[in-house]
Amino acid sequence: MTFELFIFYVFSAVTLFSAVRVVTARNPVYAALFLILAFFTSAATWVLLEAEFLGVVLVLVYVGAVMVLFLFVIMMLDINIDILKEGFTRYMPLGILVAVAVAAEMILVMKSKTFDRPIPEAAPLDSSNTEALGEILYTEYVYPFEIAAVILVVAIIAAIALTLRRREGVKKQDQGAQIRTRKEDRLRIIKMKTEAKQGER
Amino acid sequence: MDTLTTFLNSFLPEGLATLIVILLKIIAILLPLILAVAYTTFAERKIIGYMQSRMGPNRVGPKGWLQPIADTVKLMFKEIITPTRSSKVVFFIAPMLALAPALAVWSVIPFWDGGVLANVNAGLLLILAINSLDVFGIILAGWASNSKYAILSSLRVGAQVVSYEIAMGFALVGVLMVSGSLNLTEIVRAQSGGLFGWNVWPLFGLFVVFFISGVAETNRAPFDVAEGESEIVAGFHVEYSGMAFALFFLAEYASMILISTLTALLFFGGWLSPFGTSMDDIPVLGFLMGDGFHWLLLKAMFFLFCYLWFRATFPRYRYDQIMRLGWKILIPVTLVWIFGEGVAIALGWQPWL
Repeated sequence: MTFELFIFYVFSAVTLFSAVRVVTARNPVYAALFLILAFFTSAATWVLLEAEFLGVVLVLVYVGAVMVLFLFVIMMLDINIDILKEGFTRYMPLGILVAVAVAAEMILVMKSKTFDRPIPEAAPLDSSNTEALGEILYTEYVYPFEIAAVILVVAIIAAIALTLRRREGVKKQDQGAQIRTRKEDRLRIIKMKTEAKQGER
Repeated sequence: MDTLTTFLNSFLPEGLATLIVILLKIIAILLPLILAVAYTTFAERKIIGYMQSRMGPNRVGPKGWLQPIADTVKLMFKEIITPTRSSKVVFFIAPMLALAPALAVWSVIPFWDGGVLANVNAGLLLILAINSLDVFGIILAGWASNSKYAILSSLRVGAQVVSYEIAMGFALVGVLMVSGSLNLTEIVRAQSGGLFGWNVWPLFGLFVVFFISGVAETNRAPFDVAEGESEIVAGFHVEYSGMAFALFFLAEYASMILISTLTALLFFGGWLSPFGTSMDDIPVLGFLMGDGFHWLLLKAMFFLFCYLWFRATFPRYRYDQIMRLGWKILIPVTLVWIFGEGVAIALGWQPWL
């Protein structure tokens, strides 16, 4: 067994273990933490495949940003696990049905012709796949890429528009007004004669 | 280093020798780093002391020079208290999660031409990715402490770090557009040619944005709402004591040194001398004035000094002001700058060639 293979097995074992724990952990924060671990180890496996750009982006986007927000929300919720567990046996058959359907679909996809192709030759080590990815993304796939970007922007704006609400009577600072203030608005210089001290008259 | 590898190879199996050499390199990077962290705390107290007309620590050792050692010893022997009804495992993992990324990033930092542990192609991206893991330590510490102050602080940090990461990422995009590479060694090499070859001049706005968001990312004053003493006691580490508390400190200062070094590498030519190669022929002076590690050290130390200077100078930002600065000012500035830079590169204008 080469060293690389050894590392691969370690990372795969950790990924599998943490993926199982995401589902089985009792505390949702622990589940989120195990999801982070699963992301991180799969990123490491991708780096082993010499897809360092994808691996790093997985960590950067999912672990560094998405999961932070995820944890944020979970930490603020007061989750009662008993209520969550209620009706587990009742929904069990439906759950199993969904699981079987998803598994069958995945097997069908993996067995299909698109995935049944010879493993391509590994690129030489000194080639940068970041550069290669960028080149192909901005030439061959420029329209799909740009359209995806526009859809994301629309989604962001829609999400903000849906959640933005203005409440009346909230006492908070208006930063624009605070910045626009000038000295003249706050300070008044008055000229007056000096007054005599008391008892000096 | 090569002679050591061949020497070890003569009696050890090949993989083991490589491993030992890598471990030695890691120790050679981390030991000076931790020493630097210890003395940064000393420098901070001294410098801020003088800025406020005080003496700073001057009792332990000559002129107080043993103060950081005394602090470490004290922290090591303090009892570590776990709050009741806290989640113990996460409580102890959190400081490690804060420290590990702050140290791991140093693996891709080049100290001189070729003086790097892992010369990774996507080095800049890797730094950004590992740096984004820093925040977990703080968020989890806040949650695991089972304390209202701590969780308030960790919510503040989460929002702040995620916001400023965007501005920081955009500033890095500008740098890699100029140098055409994500490899840090290549980025520094692209800045050769003396003082005016450095990236600061064409990318001045991005440099300012990068450094400001770097200060915000490390939760230092004036962006230290995470530990706003007047509002939430000490923030995410209220419940920590002893060495667990010290690890947070270690992580914070290691990240500070990292941001300073990165600023020096990305915008100020790293180990390159401001005089270029003009003085290389002079015997002794040429060595000092030529490229070398000492220039990187000098530049990084300057930015580290700026960190302390900021802390002594600026009052703390209000939370909504932090958000406004990040989203409404820094991000638009970077976007406009990158657009201008793109146009300039497309037209082939000089400073960006």
